[in-house]
Amino acid sequence: MNLSKAVSLNELRRTYGDRIDKCEEVSANRAYVYLSPAVLPKVARFLHKEHNGRLATVTGVDTRDGIELLYHFLHPQEHLFITLKTRLDKPSPEIESLASLFPAAIWIERELYDLLGVTFTGHPDLRRLVLPDSWPEGVHPLRRDFKGLSES
Amino acid sequence: MKRTIIPLGPFHPLLEEAEFFELTVEGEKVVDIDLHVGYVHRGIEKLSETKTFDQVPFLVERICGICSTSHPLAYVQAVEDLAGIKVPERALYIRTIVAELERVHSHLLWVGLAGHFIGYDTLFNWVWKYREPVLDVFENLCGNRNHYGMMKVGGVRRDFSKDDFPFVHQVMDQTIAATEMLTGAVMDDPVLHARTKGVGVLTKEDAIGYATLGPVVRASGIPDDIRTDDPYAAYDRVDWKVVTYEGGDVFAKAAVRLLELVESAKIVKTCMDRLPDGPIATEVRSIPAGEGIGHAEAPRGEVFHYVRSNGKNTPERHKIRAPSYVNIPSFKATCIGEDIADAALISAAVDPCYCCAERMAVVASNGDRLGKGDDLVRMSREKSRRLKDELGQRTPLDKLGDSLKG
Repeated sequence: MNLSKAVSLNELRRTYGDRIDKCEEVSANRAYVYLSPAVLPKVARFLHKEHNGRLATVTGVDTRDGIELLYHFLHPQEHLFITLKTRLDKPSPEIESLASLFPAAIWIERELYDLLGVTFTGHPDLRRLVLPDSWPEGVHPLRRDFKGLSES
Repeated sequence: MKRTIIPLGPFHPLLEEAEFFELTVEGEKVVDIDLHVGYVHRGIEKLSETKTFDQVPFLVERICGICSTSHPLAYVQAVEDLAGIKVPERALYIRTIVAELERVHSHLLWVGLAGHFIGYDTLFNWVWKYREPVLDVFENLCGNRNHYGMMKVGGVRRDFSKDDFPFVHQVMDQTIAATEMLTGAVMDDPVLHARTKGVGVLTKEDAIGYATLGPVVRASGIPDDIRTDDPYAAYDRVDWKVVTYEGGDVFAKAAVRLLELVESAKIVKTCMDRLPDGPIATEVRSIPAGEGIGHAEAPRGEVFHYVRSNGKNTPERHKIRAPSYVNIPSFKATCIGEDIADAALISAAVDPCYCCAERMAVVASNGDRLGKGDDLVRMSREKSRRLKDELGQRTPLDKLGDSLKG
């Protein structure tokens, strides 16, 4: 299929065109939209509510100069993945939680909080998900500066 | 009323898997549930960053022992998306055959366990008897009963031989016949109805809100299936239909899996008939910098992989999301308000993934080996019949057992 016919992507551009930074169409059914953390929750709500977008998951990447978050929305009817890409500042990356939009975000955000140390404001239950209870506070294994726990 | 907290775990009461549920109950009713996971968190995403692009399929194959081909398939598709690699037609068909055979054995496994959970060991033994030949098919086609090692970036590792196909056709025909027979029995059984209908209902709204996947979402009447939502391998080249069922209860989840079994066996047969000639892989020299998304419909729902490369020979970031990760939180929507007795069954109905690698042999107290699966089926059926006769109730499953006798 041709992305120029993708209604969700075209509507996103029409509605939020002046507030997004860049839109890349990398292949026939994968698009990446670059935007600021302040705009992201609005666009996420738009994709979910208006265009049946299902949040597959959120990928967090430590790019050394910041934390990049990628919100992967699948639009089944259009065979299309729209990935919203945003960058958070270190040392205390923070973004608004999507948990009030759909409960699927609760675990995804808890995992990112756990492994990458991202704080989600407005999250109803922001606590550790996968790491053990004995894991030290403030140590996040997916950060690039993580070199393992000391033996002591 | 007084509230009590009941801990379930850290091993699942029905599936030998490490999860810990805190059920808050008032009398017999569940009023809240908290889920603790992470007991088997192995840091595979981080480990993957230390492996070359060609080694990663073997690593992610070991995420799960049951849907062991779904993860490598999603991963190689992510890398192919990243690098713009075109996969030969023959490899696409072989991928489809392996993926569907996996669904067949995985769904049979679940249907058997579901029968076992609610005290229908007849069903358990029958279903697992029909699952065993599917594993033999894997051994013939891929060289291994589990962990097939078939997927590689650009194609598949091993070619299929036409000489094996008559056996595969035979096993698939047998699977279809057995599944249709069992489906009829399950659909008509009053005891099964009583245990599963209206129990653990996942509404359409909750199914969407929790972003549930696979048979769980399709049992709530929503036709979400990656095989049609974003076609990969050869799924857009064969005729098949997405199975949905209304209701969202345990019964609907069982029905979806039973009906899907038949569809999957048919896809395998069609792909064997239409398997084109040609190479089984494209040569891949290096992976450029970039990012790619790959996903595949595993037996339990969408497996999602995101891969980022910086031009070196290892991934810079590899994100993995398995289907049970989103299906398990939906217990919050399905268990609350139900009886404690049903909570374990409801949580098993999403088929949370665990690895089953053991086989068993029954040994009598005098040391004699009692024999093969057939003897187990016989013993189990005799016991069930005895109990049912005592209760004076004959169910359609019993009658089915009688008709198959001898």
